[in-house]
Amino acid sequence: MTNATYEYILAGRRHRRRRWLLVTCSLALLACILCCLMLMLGNTLYPARDVLRALSGEQLKGVSFAVNTIRLPRMLAGLFAGFAFGLAGNTFQTMLRNPLANPNVIGITAGSSAAAVFCIIVLHTSDTVVSIASVVAGLATVVAIYALSRAKPFSVGRLILVGIGIQAMLSAMISYLLLVGAQQDIPAALRWLSGSLNGSQMRELPPLVISVLICAPVAIVLSKHLSMLELGEQAATSLGAHTDKTRIWLILSAVCMLALATATTGPIAFVAFLSGPIAKRLVGVGFSNVIPSGLVGLNLVLAADLVGQFAFQVRFPVGVITGILGAPYLILLLIRMNRKGNL
Amino acid sequence: MKPTHLFKTENIVAGYDHKTILHGISLVIPSNKISVIVGANACGKSTLLKTMARLIKPASGEITLDGKPIGKYPPKQLARIVGLLPQSPIVPEGISVADLVGRGRFPHQSLLSGWSKKDYEAVAEAMEIMNIAELANLHIDELSGGQRQRVWIAMALAQQTDILFLDEPTTFLDITYQIEILDLLTDLNRKHGTTIVMVLHDMNLSARYADYIFALREGRLVAEGEPAQVMTSGLVRDVFGLDCTVIADPVSGSPMVVPKGRYHVLPV
Repeated sequence: MTNATYEYILAGRRHRRRRWLLVTCSLALLACILCCLMLMLGNTLYPARDVLRALSGEQLKGVSFAVNTIRLPRMLAGLFAGFAFGLAGNTFQTMLRNPLANPNVIGITAGSSAAAVFCIIVLHTSDTVVSIASVVAGLATVVAIYALSRAKPFSVGRLILVGIGIQAMLSAMISYLLLVGAQQDIPAALRWLSGSLNGSQMRELPPLVISVLICAPVAIVLSKHLSMLELGEQAATSLGAHTDKTRIWLILSAVCMLALATATTGPIAFVAFLSGPIAKRLVGVGFSNVIPSGLVGLNLVLAADLVGQFAFQVRFPVGVITGILGAPYLILLLIRMNRKGNL
Repeated sequence: MKPTHLFKTENIVAGYDHKTILHGISLVIPSNKISVIVGANACGKSTLLKTMARLIKPASGEITLDGKPIGKYPPKQLARIVGLLPQSPIVPEGISVADLVGRGRFPHQSLLSGWSKKDYEAVAEAMEIMNIAELANLHIDELSGGQRQRVWIAMALAQQTDILFLDEPTTFLDITYQIEILDLLTDLNRKHGTTIVMVLHDMNLSARYADYIFALREGRLVAEGEPAQVMTSGLVRDVFGLDCTVIADPVSGSPMVVPKGRYHVLPV
């Protein structure tokens, strides 16, 4: 080995790492700015100084209630749910090597929603049971999709089509439940249909926050294994990765985060779908995309919520804004993949 | 030089789902040599290689490395001794050449560590062996088929295993690149003593580059040995169902198979 080659490779890696660091830090900084805006903006604009005083427990007339009871839970819900959606979406997209293979498209989110709506409308269970049911149903949906698309040789295309079918069935089931449901249960159930940060409350946040604090590190620790899965089953196995174990852990952590994020904010359209590809475009390939995609996810949610709240005459829920962003991208992606012939 | 290993399969039966492809294969891989597995399409060459590289679990029989069944090794430890270049590996979109070659370092790294000095050295060395050092910071999508194949082999080399399996490393390449790849693999074997086992389609290149040949027919090992002993017109008829004459290769002196079809045969 010559020194020149060594230095050349080292320089290239350094360059790519610098880009990764720069982008990741910028995304984190942007997230901080958006968080501050979420706390300062509202019906009345409060200066940062007042917000800080309110947060530190000082009682300021009007400010304390608006910041601590309305804006802070809204901001935290967007922050954690956005991170969870982005990270979980990226996990599925990378694992299955296809941007279409994300939890929104293949029906995992719909599985969680259907179970939750069923619990609320038919069984009238408590919030805790709803959360648990949504996680279990999300996992069950993964198992069902996998079982139905399991024929040799394994094909991601088939898995996606099966997932789209399941997604449609589950959506139909949710619509039916809403039609037959009692009037007083509908508002709680509607939460599961479209994403919104309206009415987020502090007491609803702990399950989501805890799941992100546990599951995100699992995904980060497994990022190197995830990059092995990206090379295909054969290469990953011969490089000594536990492919099955890795997949199970990654799916478990992603679905837990997804289900609890959906329980808190509803399925915010397309965030899980957009975050991974956007993050990849920004940081490049070669270093882990796990943290950047989570950061892109939370920036998307917070920015879309701010736009939805203040950019128009009418206030739109965050899901409407991300939907407007995501739909054209989905169409673009379909056209591009069709052209390349790897749909 | 790489240490010698005893890699052995004993009566392995393997296949996919309910279809048995290998019907009891027992062999010992010659250590520090180049072995080539030959046989007609669908005779189980690739399946044998995949089974030895633990991608397929045999239904019965045993595969041992230095006396210990390969299933008993921790995967990463085994991946530091035995490597495989799959037939059609998947390229992550937009990855740079050096980063892809570096993925071969996985069995040498811990969960969260970045690249160590050793990793950089292994990647640089692998890329120099494969003559792709100057491509290090290009995107893999920018390369030609022949260059890509060298990148994949470099990834397997960065793994620094003593034994390397390659599943048709020259398929889809022009003849010039085929020769180049086989020469580079021979360099690797001669200079480092890496044990190489590969599946090749071309009988004449197999006979020229192999130290040892395993001939398969319908999932059974029908002949093995040095090319000069194994590659006879009788065996070729038996294994490939092809009528032929075998002469000495004017370049290498190794056996050269000249096929006989129904046309263009000189009257005797």
